[in-house]
Amino acid sequence: MEKNLYGLMAEFDTPTQLVDAARKVREAGYTKTDAFSPFPIHEMDEALGIRRSILPYLVFGGGVTGLLLGIGLQVFVHYIDYPLNVGGRPYISIPSFVPAAYELTILLAGFTAVFGMLFLNGLPRPYHPVFNVPRFALATREKFFLVIETADPKFEYDDSKSFMESLNPQEVFDVDE
Amino acid sequence: MQEDKDLKEIQERIYPPMVEGDHSFGTVSDKIGDVTLKKRTPFFWFIGFGISFMVAQLLLFAVTTLLAKGIGIWGNNQPVGWAFDIINFVWWIGIGHAGTLISAILLLLNQKWRTSINRFAEAMTLFAVACAAMFPLLHTGRPWLAAYWLFPYPNTMGIWPQFRSPLIWDVFAVSTYASISLLFWYVGLIPDLATLRDRAKNKYFKLVYGLLSWGWRGSARHWHRYEIAYLLLAGISTPLVLSVHSIVSFDFSVSQVPGWHATIFPPYFVAGAIFAGFAMVLILCIPLRVWYNMKDFITDTHLIYMAKIMLATGMIVVYGYAMEAFFGWYSASQYEVFMVKNRIWEGPYWWSYWLLIICNGLSIQLLWFKRFRESPFWLFMISIVVSIGMWLERFVIIVTSLNRDFLPSSWAMYSPTIFDWSMFIGTIGFFFTLIFLFVRFLPVISIFEVRTLLPDASVHGVHHDFEESVLEIQNTEEAAEGLDEKPDRHRFE
Repeated sequence: MEKNLYGLMAEFDTPTQLVDAARKVREAGYTKTDAFSPFPIHEMDEALGIRRSILPYLVFGGGVTGLLLGIGLQVFVHYIDYPLNVGGRPYISIPSFVPAAYELTILLAGFTAVFGMLFLNGLPRPYHPVFNVPRFALATREKFFLVIETADPKFEYDDSKSFMESLNPQEVFDVDE
Repeated sequence: MQEDKDLKEIQERIYPPMVEGDHSFGTVSDKIGDVTLKKRTPFFWFIGFGISFMVAQLLLFAVTTLLAKGIGIWGNNQPVGWAFDIINFVWWIGIGHAGTLISAILLLLNQKWRTSINRFAEAMTLFAVACAAMFPLLHTGRPWLAAYWLFPYPNTMGIWPQFRSPLIWDVFAVSTYASISLLFWYVGLIPDLATLRDRAKNKYFKLVYGLLSWGWRGSARHWHRYEIAYLLLAGISTPLVLSVHSIVSFDFSVSQVPGWHATIFPPYFVAGAIFAGFAMVLILCIPLRVWYNMKDFITDTHLIYMAKIMLATGMIVVYGYAMEAFFGWYSASQYEVFMVKNRIWEGPYWWSYWLLIICNGLSIQLLWFKRFRESPFWLFMISIVVSIGMWLERFVIIVTSLNRDFLPSSWAMYSPTIFDWSMFIGTIGFFFTLIFLFVRFLPVISIFEVRTLLPDASVHGVHHDFEESVLEIQNTEEAAEGLDEKPDRHRFE
């Protein structure tokens, strides 16, 4: 039975219940857990023990790459590949090179922010076991869900189920793989 | 008791509620989602879409003729070598700026009222930029060759664009602006598309929304990175939006033409862009909230705030007009002084200048009065007048500066041809066609952000709406460091 089970899912009515439950689940020593809500809940990060993402560093890297690419491109074009004297200005006219380099910095940082976020989130992922629970369609509408995965070392079907029921949820579901 | 009530009243005056009526997470989702998912499309939608689509055919006519015959069909001449194409480009791109201001700058400033208007303001930005981009591209006459004029790619001719030219800066600024606006808009849409996916009954709608939402499931770990990405996008869009219209203004101010060569141009253009953009947001949202019964989300408070921003930016623009004239006089250059006289009273286009002052300078003075600020009808009318005014502003700057240049022997009058007009009016039709399609197929208000505005969204009685939550995301690290046992981490987090 457990072979085909992805985990257990508890449904809650309010964000407060979800945060309280998540905190208890973490305190009980579960680590492979996740919470689902129709909007971001700031307290969840702390309750579930989510550590800060490396995304900002990636975005910084993207921005620096864009800046260097912008400067490099313009220096290559106007100094190395095809030096052209325009009105006696230096081949490397730094003030004139600012706008394109600036825009490329923003462009690459923005792309990194969005695609980095999607990549780290493992999206696109059209199928996920949690979608097997029919009630889960309400996770994007008005209900709040908490999942403990079977992959969790502390997971024991009966113990975990009774533990989840002790959290006072609306209902506890088995999530099929 | 009485004091408590007074306090509450004062609080509501300072921080009016951003969602009116009695709403829960579910009713918010239904009310906004139903516009898209409800079976019957309202009658006015077909009328509006039909008219816009017909007007858009003018664009087809203008562009086909242009590609067949070349830009000689336009009214451009010497010395007015640049007219409707750049006027309309600047007008459209300026309109787009309010969308980014609302989505990025107001987010960073923690202005809650942005939440229910950001989605369609961003859509407006995208569509306005699409209209704007058509003008410089088609102005090349042969847009299929424009690739090597505009973009630096290694080609067999061994030639490169000139990076010292503001026109190339424009290419980079506008294409970056379009890309980042699209990303910002799309990222905001992902959770709402998931809502529609889970709500849709129709198989095909379910499939399409399912594909577009990338399998979003509202996981706490995902929301965490989502908020970081959203904050960073807002952070980089803020300097972006200010840079785009500054760079557009460099097209003029970097040149030597009297009337263009002024240091006031970048801030004056940015203020004008936001001014025009808010006028367009009002033009769109005043009918929208009535037709789709969205007054609970786009409240009168929203309209009043937008009116105040319009008044403020409008006054900056008027200051810009005054400074332009002052610069002309103070420069002591006979050409600059002549340009000012020519523009304001001696020249053949004096009427356009005074129309501009009436539209942009005088009409907004009504907004000082509560009566006009609080009346959607008057706001709508003033917004239309301002949109016309902002178009006239670009006409005045471009045509009156060029038509009488340094040499009297080369002076000439400019008048647009039927092709100029059909292309311009055609883009307006195109813009509204896209707006109508957007309203029909995508959620016009950000559903998940509106949910965070509801009192139910508070945890332990502490209420964080989406903006606050995004802005406080930095504190997570300290919170997580306090944990004894480190939670399991995915390989990337």
